[in-house]
Amino acid sequence: MEQIHVTIKLFAHFRNGRFKEANHPFAPGVDCRQIILGLGLGLGEVGIVMVNGQHASLDQRLKEQDTLALFPLVGGG
Amino acid sequence: MDKILRVNLNDLTTRVEEVPSEWAGLGGRALTSTIVAKEVPPTCHALGPNNKLVFAPGLLSGTASSNSGRLSAGAKSPLTGGIKESNVGGTAAQMFARLRIHALIIEGMPKGDGWYSLRINKEGVSIQEETGLLGLGNFAVIDALQSLLGKKTGVIVIGPVGEMRLSSANISVKDPSGKIRSHGRGGLGAVMGSKRIKFISIDDEGAPGIQIADPEKFKAASRVFTKALMDHPVSGQGLPTYGTNVLVNILHEAGGLPTRNFTYGQFDGHEQICGETMHDTIVARGGKPRHGCHAGCVIQCSQVYNDKDGQYLTSGFEYETIWGLGANCLIKELDDIAQADSVMDDLGIDSIETAVAFGVAMEAGLLPWGDGKEVVRILRDEIGKGTALGRVIGSGAGAVGRTYGVTRVPVVKNQAIPAYDPRSVKGIGITYCTSPMGADHTAGYTIATNILNVGGQVDPLKKDGQIELSRNLQIATAAIDSTGMCIFIAFPALDIPECLPALIDMINARFGASLTGDDVVNLGKTILKTERAFNLAAGLTAADDRLPEFFKSDPVAPHQAVWDFTNEEIDAFWDF
Repeated sequence: MEQIHVTIKLFAHFRNGRFKEANHPFAPGVDCRQIILGLGLGLGEVGIVMVNGQHASLDQRLKEQDTLALFPLVGGG
Repeated sequence: MDKILRVNLNDLTTRVEEVPSEWAGLGGRALTSTIVAKEVPPTCHALGPNNKLVFAPGLLSGTASSNSGRLSAGAKSPLTGGIKESNVGGTAAQMFARLRIHALIIEGMPKGDGWYSLRINKEGVSIQEETGLLGLGNFAVIDALQSLLGKKTGVIVIGPVGEMRLSSANISVKDPSGKIRSHGRGGLGAVMGSKRIKFISIDDEGAPGIQIADPEKFKAASRVFTKALMDHPVSGQGLPTYGTNVLVNILHEAGGLPTRNFTYGQFDGHEQICGETMHDTIVARGGKPRHGCHAGCVIQCSQVYNDKDGQYLTSGFEYETIWGLGANCLIKELDDIAQADSVMDDLGIDSIETAVAFGVAMEAGLLPWGDGKEVVRILRDEIGKGTALGRVIGSGAGAVGRTYGVTRVPVVKNQAIPAYDPRSVKGIGITYCTSPMGADHTAGYTIATNILNVGGQVDPLKKDGQIELSRNLQIATAAIDSTGMCIFIAFPALDIPECLPALIDMINARFGASLTGDDVVNLGKTILKTERAFNLAAGLTAADDRLPEFFKSDPVAPHQAVWDFTNEEIDAFWDF
């Protein structure tokens, strides 16, 4: 089965020991939860999940050339 | 016994008054807005003798409670023409509270051209003629007063922009490091300048201090409250590490980072100005990523930012300033923005209003997009010296737009819209429209729920739920602004069930009161309605509760979002 490619962007301390931005291949049908766990992140650590600039659920499946952005729970104002 | 200090500049007299019973249970914004609504004729000229400038510490200021050191300032705003409250950290609120000063009311206007200063101590307040420190920047005034009166002196001061009575002038308050924090928005520094008060010094030697009605109950509630602040990931970890500037990348990703004077929702230079880059830069240059704006702050979202030689450049370097000169003016050099921040602090000018004014000025062709060096030059040589161009820019985004015929002018009630695009983060657009303060993100910070997933989730791109979200947050914020608490306690308060009851318990233990959650909500509603009634009496109408036309006609990339609320939908905000 052909793989899909997803751009993953990490922010704040998620970058420590990982990366800012990377394009990774995944099996078709991969969802946000699987990618998060695959990065060694706990689901409770993740505050904001965005796919293509819109908030997404952990169950959302990724498509070819999607961008997944992961933020810890942070804020400002 | 708590007291009201009243300064009458018409005849240069001062009085110490008893606190009227109807003001006794009020603090902070509740008190400044109540006093302004009662004593200031709404149609008066904001820079005339009938306006009054009121300072009040919060209900919990001066206690051992975490994050309770905010001071409110209120008056009719020369920028919006409506009522204004702006609150600030620094050392003054706690000194006022220890001196048992419930509020300071400055009224009237001196005859002649002379300038004055006020001195506050345990005896009350006195008026002195002032000549030596006129024209100086805020940092020089604070240094001079510390030499003269000692390191511990409290200082409330206006810079040259306040002396010129420009509508972006702020009022600055000395912080625990001898630097400043500011009552930023709405031109309150111009009101202080119109009364020809250059500074207020505070000496709390021999102050009677705070009396807590039930110290044991207070201590217990305070412990629960502080734990909630430390346990929440935003107030306990996120803000201390990255400061508010962590928002650059979040808003960029969400398409809500206003770019090139609100033309786009994303900025290609975001990585150069973001909180992550700023954190690494601060650490590499030996600055401080954590710094509190007042004693007792456990969140410490501020920082000390050094230049490339490791020398102090600025502190209190906030997301809104960095966004405003960064994405909004296309400046990619964080050092230039930090330099501008420091000059704005010294001149005493609101960094949000001024950054947005520069965006409009760039749109008008007055200076090139992205030219940070020219921004710093204009700040120093035009605004700082009061040239005609400087006075136009120093009068705010609306003034620049009117003077140069620009139509893309992001203001509500003539106050500049801050760092969140209301087309792609719709809840904050409702706050901008309806807040009696004019466009002000802090008045009802829907970003928490629209973007940060704090206090639930409301889709930022849809209209559903935004009115109710903004209304609930504005009511809660009005109440929190009355306690002396930093607004960032709202993050744990929205998510941790013990937090808000502990805050109410502290107020009850402090005053021997028995307020309930409903009482606090009703306080928030009463404040908002009092402020709105002032605005309507001042001549503002529902037509002032609107976003500029371009937000409806010009879609913002990447979501191609437009502002699509009807007037009737917006006006329903006030159905409470």
